[in-house]
Amino acid sequence: MSDVDLIIIGAGPAGMSAAATAARGGLKVLLLDEQGHPGGQIYRNVAKNGTSRSWLGKEYASGARLVEALDNPHISTQFGATVWRLDDGPTVVWSKSGTSQISTARHVLITSGAQERPVPFPGWTLPGVMPAGAAQILMKSAGMLPRDAVLAGSGPLLYLVAAQMIDAGCPPKAVVETQTPRMMLNALPHLPKALLGISTLFKGLGLIRKIKAAGVQRYSNASDFRAHPNEDGTLAFSFQAKGKETHLNCALLLSHQGVIPSTHMTRSAGIAHEWNEAQQAFQPVTDDWGTTDRTGLHVAGDSAGIGGADAAAAAGELAALNILQLCGCLNSDTRNQRAAKARAGLLRARSLRPFLDAAYAPTAETLAPVDETIVCRCEEITAGDVRQSMSEGATGQRQMKTSLRTGMGPCQGRMCDATVRAILCAPRNTATDSIAPPRARAPIKPVTLAELAALSKIQAGAD
Amino acid sequence: MLSTQPEITIIGGGVVGLSVAMGLLSAGHRVHVLDGTDGDARASQGNFGLVWGQGKGWNFEPYARWTSDSLAAWPEFARTLTDLSGIDVALDQSGGFEFFTDADEMDEFAGMLAQQQGHLGNRFSHEILSGDEMRKHMPGIGPDVVGGSFSQLDGHVNPLRFLRALRRAVKTLGGRVTMNATVQAVRPVSGGGFDLKLATGNKTSAEKVVLCAGLGSAKLTADLGFTTAIRPQRGELLITEKLGVRLPFLSSTIRQVDEGGVQIGGTKADVGMDDRETLDVMASLASHAVAVYPALADVRVVRAWGALRVMSPDGYPVYAQSHHHPGAYLVTCHSGVTLAALHASVLADWINGTSTAPNLEAFDESRFTVSTAA
Amino acid sequence: MKVVSRFQPPPESGPKVQFVFEDEQITAPQGISLAAALLAHSGNATRRTSTGAQRTAYCMMGVCFECLVDVDGVPNTQSCMTVVRDGMVVKRQIGLRTIQGGDYV
Repeated sequence: MSDVDLIIIGAGPAGMSAAATAARGGLKVLLLDEQGHPGGQIYRNVAKNGTSRSWLGKEYASGARLVEALDNPHISTQFGATVWRLDDGPTVVWSKSGTSQISTARHVLITSGAQERPVPFPGWTLPGVMPAGAAQILMKSAGMLPRDAVLAGSGPLLYLVAAQMIDAGCPPKAVVETQTPRMMLNALPHLPKALLGISTLFKGLGLIRKIKAAGVQRYSNASDFRAHPNEDGTLAFSFQAKGKETHLNCALLLSHQGVIPSTHMTRSAGIAHEWNEAQQAFQPVTDDWGTTDRTGLHVAGDSAGIGGADAAAAAGELAALNILQLCGCLNSDTRNQRAAKARAGLLRARSLRPFLDAAYAPTAETLAPVDETIVCRCEEITAGDVRQSMSEGATGQRQMKTSLRTGMGPCQGRMCDATVRAILCAPRNTATDSIAPPRARAPIKPVTLAELAALSKIQAGAD
Repeated sequence: MLSTQPEITIIGGGVVGLSVAMGLLSAGHRVHVLDGTDGDARASQGNFGLVWGQGKGWNFEPYARWTSDSLAAWPEFARTLTDLSGIDVALDQSGGFEFFTDADEMDEFAGMLAQQQGHLGNRFSHEILSGDEMRKHMPGIGPDVVGGSFSQLDGHVNPLRFLRALRRAVKTLGGRVTMNATVQAVRPVSGGGFDLKLATGNKTSAEKVVLCAGLGSAKLTADLGFTTAIRPQRGELLITEKLGVRLPFLSSTIRQVDEGGVQIGGTKADVGMDDRETLDVMASLASHAVAVYPALADVRVVRAWGALRVMSPDGYPVYAQSHHHPGAYLVTCHSGVTLAALHASVLADWINGTSTAPNLEAFDESRFTVSTAA
Repeated sequence: MKVVSRFQPPPESGPKVQFVFEDEQITAPQGISLAAALLAHSGNATRRTSTGAQRTAYCMMGVCFECLVDVDGVPNTQSCMTVVRDGMVVKRQIGLRTIQGGDYV
C-alpha cells in the first residue's frame, strides 16, 4: 500500500501546477522541495515577496497564483526536503533535517527543473564570478542587488537580469554578449514558428530596448573570456570584441550561457536519456504526457528539456492529468479534453524555443574551454588534463572520471559533466550522441553515514 | 609501428590485461592490447584497491603461496610502475585489519587464518585481537567491535591511479592499446595464429592471444577451446567526502584513499550483470562503518556504486593454455590488483614457456572438470 | 584584507538575526540564506580548496558545493541551503574537513 497517490519532486512551475491539478482530481499528493519555499528558482520566494521588489517584474509576480493553488487539503508539502534516491516501486528516499525517510506512491513525477549551464573560462572560480541566475536568486530571495557588475555571455536570462537590475536602480556596468551574427542567421529559419509566441518575443525585445535606453555599454560577438583578481578583490575581466582586447574592472562578473535540465535524479532512476542537439544537453526520453520507460516515473518541466516557466506549468498539468487517468480518476477522453488548453499553452510556449536555442547557442569556448581552464571545480581539474587523459585513451565520461576524478567531488559532476563531454566530442565533430550520458548514482546529494545507517535493517558484518 | 601483425594480442585493457601486457613488453615482446568501450563492465574502475593476503587461499595452498609471492613483489613493481608512468600509485603495505561485530564470524575467520598460516609458515604472520585490545591501540574503534585480525603484510593502492599508471606504462614500453576494440569473435587459423573480429566490423590477426577481458572473456572462452565458466558477483561500495586526517587503520571493508575519501565495501551478491547500488546494502555498509569507527558518523557519503567481480567457479584465478589451439592463453582472476605484481613479471615467463616460469598447473582450468570426468 | 561586498546591502526593514563569522558579529535579515548573508557582509572567499584556492558561494541553488562553511562545528555545510539563524557560529572551510580521532596529515 502506497503512502500517497503521487509524489512530486520539485515545487517549481511544473511541480506546483501538477500538484494542484492532481489534487483537484482527487489524488493524495506529497510535494517535496529542497528549498524552504515553493516557487522553484524561477519563482523563488514569490509568495513572500508579494508586491515588494516590483523590479522583478510582472512575469515573476504571476508565479504567486501557482503557489496559492497549493493550498489544498489533498496536498501535503515538505520543504527543505532533499531527495537522494529513487527506487522501483516507485519509492522516494528523501532527507530533511538530518533524517532520511522512505515514501512510496503509485506514481512519482520528477519536476527537478534546470541548472545554469556551467560557463568555464580562466578565472571562473574566483570569488566575484557568479552565474547571472545566482545573482538573480539573491535579488529574489534576499533583495540583494549586484554592485559594480558586468553581465557576460548569452541568452534571454542575461537580458532579463540586466532589465531587473536597471529597474531596481543598479544597472550593470556593461553587457558583454557572445552571440555571433552566425547564430542569429541560424535562428532566422525558426522565426516563423516563433511568431506563435509573439508576445514573449516582444517582451524579449522590450528588455533589449530597456538596456539600450538605460545607456548600458554593450559589446557583441565577444570571446576569450578571462578573469584575474585585482589587489582590492575586484576582478579584471578581459575579452576580445571587434578584433581587439577589452578590459573591464568590476566587483561582480555575472556569466550566463543558458540553462540545461537537471538530470541527476532522472539518470539515477535509470530512465533512458537522449541528446538534444539544439539545446546541447541530455534530457530524459518522455512521451507527450511526460511518462518514461520506468514504470510509475514521470518527468515534466525543464528537467525534461528546457522550455521555460510557462511550458513547465503546462507540462506539469498534462502529466498530472495523465496520472489521474492512470489512477482511474479520469477516462482517456476526459483527460484529452481537459488537456486541450494546457496542450495549446505548451505549444505556444515551446514555439519560441528553437529560435532561442539557435540565437543564443552556447559558444564553442564555453563548451570546450582552453587548456588552462578548471573544468571540474571540486577536484580542480583543467581542460588540459581532460585532453591529456583523452590522449592516453579515455573515450567516454566514465573513463575520464576514473582516470582524473572529474565529477567525483560533492557536486557529483553537475559543474563539469557538460564540459567534459564537449571536450570528448570536440575532435570527432560527428556522432555527438555516441558518448553516453554519465551514470548518476545514489545518493544524488551527499548524506551522512549516520543518516544512511539509520535506514539499515540488517547489521553488516565484516566480509 | 610498422608491423601489422603484433606478436601477442591481449584481449582486455583492464588491470589484468595491462599488467600482463607490461610483463610481456618488459620481456621484449611486441604487444597489442584491445580494449572495449566506455560502458563495459569494468571491474578495474570499480574496485577497492586492496593489496591483500589475509584469508587468501586458506583452503587452497597454491593460491595462498601465489598471493604471498605477489605481496612480496609489489614494492619493486610499484617503483617500476612509477618510473614508467610518472604516477605514484600510493602503495601502502603497513598492515591491515579485519573487524568483526559477531564473535562466531570472528572465530570462523580465525580458523581460516590458522590454516593459511599452516600453508605459508614463516612467510605469513597474523594476530587475533580482542575488541578491547583493538580499542587500546586505536581508541576510536567502536564498542560493538568484538575483535579482529591483523596482518602486517596487507596494504592497498589507489586503484584508479594504478589503472592509469598501467595504461601509461604499457605505452612507455612501446605497447599499442586500441580503445573501442571490443572483440566479438576469435577464430583459430589452421597452421597457427588467430583471426579476431571486432564489434566495429574491423578484423585483425594475431600469432598469440591472451584472453584477459574480465567478464567480457565469458563469450570468447569457447572460441579458444577454454571451458571455464566466468560469472559476475556484485560488490557494493560507498565513498565519502574527503577527510583532511588519516584514519588510523586499513581494513578489508573500510579504507581511506590517499586523496582523503573513505571507501566502504565488501558485500557479495549473485545478481547477474546488474551493477546497481541498492538501498539495503548502502545502509548496511554505513552501519558497519559507523560501528567500527563511530567518528565517521557525520561524514557524508558522496556516491555509492555496484561493481561486478570476475569470478571463476571456485573463485580462484585461472591460468590456462589452450590445448586445442596452441598460442591461446586465458588469464582471469578476481584479485587483479593484488596479483598484478606477478602478472606484470613472471607470468610472461609462463606465457613464454621459459625454464624459470612459475608452476601454475594448480590454476589450470582442468580443476573444474576433474570431478565430473571421474 | 577585507574585500567590500559585491552586493548592495539588503533592505534595512524587517526582523534581523545576529551570528558570528570568524569572530565577527554580523547582522542579517531574518530568513535569508547564510550564503547570502556572507556575500552581503564581504566579497572575500569563504573557503579554501585542499590546494589553497579561494572560493565562495557560486550557484546559490545547492548545486555547486562552493559555498561550504563550518556551521556550529559541522564542516562542509552548504551555506546557500542553510537559513541564517540567531547565534550561529560560522567559520570558513579551510581545506578538507576533519573528524575526531584522525591523525592530521
